[in-house]
Amino acid sequence: MTYLAKPKLLRPDTPKNALGYTKRDYEGAISTLCAGCGHDSISASVVQACFDLDIEPHRVAKLSGIGCSSKTPDYFLGNSHGFNTTHGRMPSVLTGAAMANRDLLYLGVSGDGDSASIGIGQFAHAMRRGVNMVYIVENNGVYGLTKGQFSATADKGSKSKRGVVNNDSPIDLVALALQLGATYVARSFSGDKEQLIPLIKGAMRHRGPALIDVISPCVTFNNHAGSTKSYDYVREHNEAINRLDVILPKDKITATYAPGELRRVVQHDGSVLCLRKLGEDYDPSDRVGAMNYLQERHALGEIVTGLIYVDSTGEELHRYLNTVETPLNQLGVAELCPGSEALEALNESLRRG
Amino acid sequence: MSTVQPLQKSNDFVIKFANINGTGSASANELFARAVMGMGVPVAPRNIFPSNIQGLPTWYEMRVSGEGWLGRKGGCDLMVAMNPQTWDRDVAELSPGGYLFYDSTKMLPRSRFRDDITVLGLPLTEICTREYTDPRQRQLMKNILYVGALTALLDMDFAVVEGLISHQFRGKEKLIASNIQALKLGYDEARAHLPCPIGLRVERSDGVGNRIFSNGNDACGLGAVYGGATVVGWYPITPSTSVIEAFISYCRKFRTDPDNGMGRYAIVQAEDELAAIGMVIGASWNGARAFTATSGPGISLMQEFFGLAYFAEVPAVVVNVQRGGPSTGMPTRTQQSDLIACAYASHGDTKHILLFPEDPYECFTLTAQAFDLAERLQTPVFVMSDLDIGMNEVLCKPFDWDDSRQYDRGKVMSAADLDSGKNFGRYLDVDGDGIPYRTIPGTHPTKGAFFSRGTTRNAYAKYSEAGTDYVYNMERLRRKFVTARKLVPAPVSQKASQPTRYGAIYYGSTSPAMAEAFAMLEKQGVHVDLMRVRAFPFADEVMDFIADHDYVFVVEQNESAQLRTMIINEGDIDPKRLIRVLHYDGTPITAGFIAGRITDIVKQNNVTPLRQQVAS
Ligand SMILES: Cc1ncc(C[n+]2csc(CCOP(=O)(O)OP(=O)(O)O)c2C)c(N)n1
Ligand code: SF4
Ligand SMILES: [Mg+2]
Repeated sequence: MTYLAKPKLLRPDTPKNALGYTKRDYEGAISTLCAGCGHDSISASVVQACFDLDIEPHRVAKLSGIGCSSKTPDYFLGNSHGFNTTHGRMPSVLTGAAMANRDLLYLGVSGDGDSASIGIGQFAHAMRRGVNMVYIVENNGVYGLTKGQFSATADKGSKSKRGVVNNDSPIDLVALALQLGATYVARSFSGDKEQLIPLIKGAMRHRGPALIDVISPCVTFNNHAGSTKSYDYVREHNEAINRLDVILPKDKITATYAPGELRRVVQHDGSVLCLRKLGEDYDPSDRVGAMNYLQERHALGEIVTGLIYVDSTGEELHRYLNTVETPLNQLGVAELCPGSEALEALNESLRRG
Repeated sequence: MSTVQPLQKSNDFVIKFANINGTGSASANELFARAVMGMGVPVAPRNIFPSNIQGLPTWYEMRVSGEGWLGRKGGCDLMVAMNPQTWDRDVAELSPGGYLFYDSTKMLPRSRFRDDITVLGLPLTEICTREYTDPRQRQLMKNILYVGALTALLDMDFAVVEGLISHQFRGKEKLIASNIQALKLGYDEARAHLPCPIGLRVERSDGVGNRIFSNGNDACGLGAVYGGATVVGWYPITPSTSVIEAFISYCRKFRTDPDNGMGRYAIVQAEDELAAIGMVIGASWNGARAFTATSGPGISLMQEFFGLAYFAEVPAVVVNVQRGGPSTGMPTRTQQSDLIACAYASHGDTKHILLFPEDPYECFTLTAQAFDLAERLQTPVFVMSDLDIGMNEVLCKPFDWDDSRQYDRGKVMSAADLDSGKNFGRYLDVDGDGIPYRTIPGTHPTKGAFFSRGTTRNAYAKYSEAGTDYVYNMERLRRKFVTARKLVPAPVSQKASQPTRYGAIYYGSTSPAMAEAFAMLEKQGVHVDLMRVRAFPFADEVMDFIADHDYVFVVEQNESAQLRTMIINEGDIDPKRLIRVLHYDGTPITAGFIAGRITDIVKQNNVTPLRQQVAS
């Protein structure tokens, strides 16, 4: 028997994961986005990643801001609690939620307008605080929901659908996250699920702030010639630096690699990030090197994708705050209230001064 | 030669200390206030301080009242003039027959004094320069020196002050010795060179009882600890900062695991007030008790989030320590001017719960209660304190706590509830009280998950743009606020000694001034029934009280009569029956002001036809 609200017909050979869930168990409401919107591919990748990782849906909390991108948490993980907050302020709500219960997986979903324009302050501060989260920006260079105005990630010189040229310099959220101390930083493309799914999986098994900036074309307002966030442009300029496989402790390693091709990063939970290099040697454990590399490649007009930086020894907010292991939302009056005797002692000291 | 008789008063006068901020005078002044209390005599001290760290004028106004009146009185009977910058205005402020105590190291021309006061000079700087070498010590001991001198001048018990110093510095024997030595020096100098005691006296009494001396901000922080708050997001702003500082220090004391030093709390200093309230909402949504403390400008920034919490029905507790607005207004002065900004915060049709503590005791109890209300009603709750009670030490009832008390977590469905087949609709009004059931993230693998949003949805939390879903929701929210009227703290009333057609409504820090005004009015034969409002939405008793009187004075510390506006709005009350009594210059309201306004109007009312009177 199933508890799921959505009635469904399953073929007996439908694959199940270790929890006995099918992929359908990780889906949500039917998307209302435009057909072909990059954001829907990202939702599908989230579903696949959670299925592959045997994540219990109810142990995930999904939070978003406002925008087409921020609507998507409704369209995946229907058995997870979700919170569609206000425009640009998801990071603070997520931070509070994470403070309240350190045991859930926090998935923040946002847009480029939501995170780089109105919400850049909250984005920056959540990164620098080390909030334990997976933060996905569905980056299309425009405000989709308000019909195509430039966002702060739009490249200088790129053209809007109506032919208006953007003169403002772009904000690169990946560069910002690197500078602000995020410990897992990746960029990907909604049109390349093979790259994106493992990056989401790696982020979900990471401890600390993980940012994935996913270029996600807006087919309705920013997919024309002259845009630097269109499917065609991104395909042409995409420079993938590595390919990731996420190996869980329970998995058997089946693939074989030639020596020197592979970098292995063991995360705090025992999961292993196997990075296959593509092209020249790139060291994703070198934060400063990563920042330089990004700048150089950006100057050449390339879009660097892949796992750009990872630090598997990083800490997270609760360690800095030194909070107890039990989630704070599970503490009751016995653990929290000092009681009348302590109060009487306090009264006594307030009488005397 | 004085042309006026020097004042002769016992246990009923005002001392004002004129200091420079950053010189350590605050703790000496507080020591002196505690010494008066140590003699069993109630005091009500108030800091008047600048928005500045060092070098600007600051005053400490201390009312000594054997009868126990704790409101601000105004006037000054003894000025301790330690700030040359403000000398002229300080001297001018003294009541005729008053006393001026000052540092006479530097000679001042006669013209800088007054003929109708008693001048008491001691060369404090000279004494300190002689006694101490370290400049900081010279400064600090000068303060203790004047405390010693005052002890002699007011005929106080030296042992009481001595005892306080020993207690304050317990464990630090050297500090005790040096401070007591300075105290004694001041005491002896005054006895040797000044006409001790003067006409103002502190006489032993038993007026203090078991009361405590605390400030509202400390009490709010403590109340949040007792109320079970575990998560705080905050941003510093005067006069609310010390609420969080208190919470932090009480958490360290009471919520630290002795074995590993880990804390049962999480506090983040946010980048701004938007993030602060965002954190509170995120944590509350996730089932923890969370709060923030702020003041006017922070309230303005938080508006959009208040609307989200209201509409998505997420608990949140906000301690608003009000100061003078609008804008940065008077950041270090008191007002009650954020009522409307909080009661109807955010765009659209919103309404929020407000609680009005009158003193630190209620700051403690109402803050603790705010968490129960926020979770029961699943909505933001504002504790509307202000600078006057928040940042001044106030004599109040000792804090109390019933150990059998459990936290009211409100309508939360557990995994067992969900498994038992209960119908879960996040915004469904199952019980008819407007309050729906919620689930906490992580509760159940396959049931009870929902998507929170500030956008319209149906009773099952599904996105909806249907007018009927919107109206269902708005009507339920209205029902919820009717329910709230019975859950919030009830008003407190007091009857005049004779039946009367006049009533007075007041709230928060106006309390002590109102109590004293009531006694003054009674003495003059002006009878006014009182009602202290403690919460919004208004309990039915508030409207009944208005119905029972022809005219009701609404006494407030703001310019636009905000509570009056809310009463008119919420109760459909004829505005003519609610008479404004407004004080808003940034100083705490006084009994004299209230009684004066009320008698004026009552007298006028007795001779002029009502209509003309009301128009005035
Ligand atoms: C305070 C506020 N201002 C403006 C808006 C209107 N608004 C809604 S979505 C949006 C832009 C969203 O852009 P982005 O985050 O890039 O999302 P996309 O739709 O492109 O996925 C704006 C400006 C709002 N909801 N709230
Ligand atoms: S407007 Fe753009 S971003 Fe929004 S749903 Fe359509 S394609 Fe996607
Ligand atoms: Mg966008």
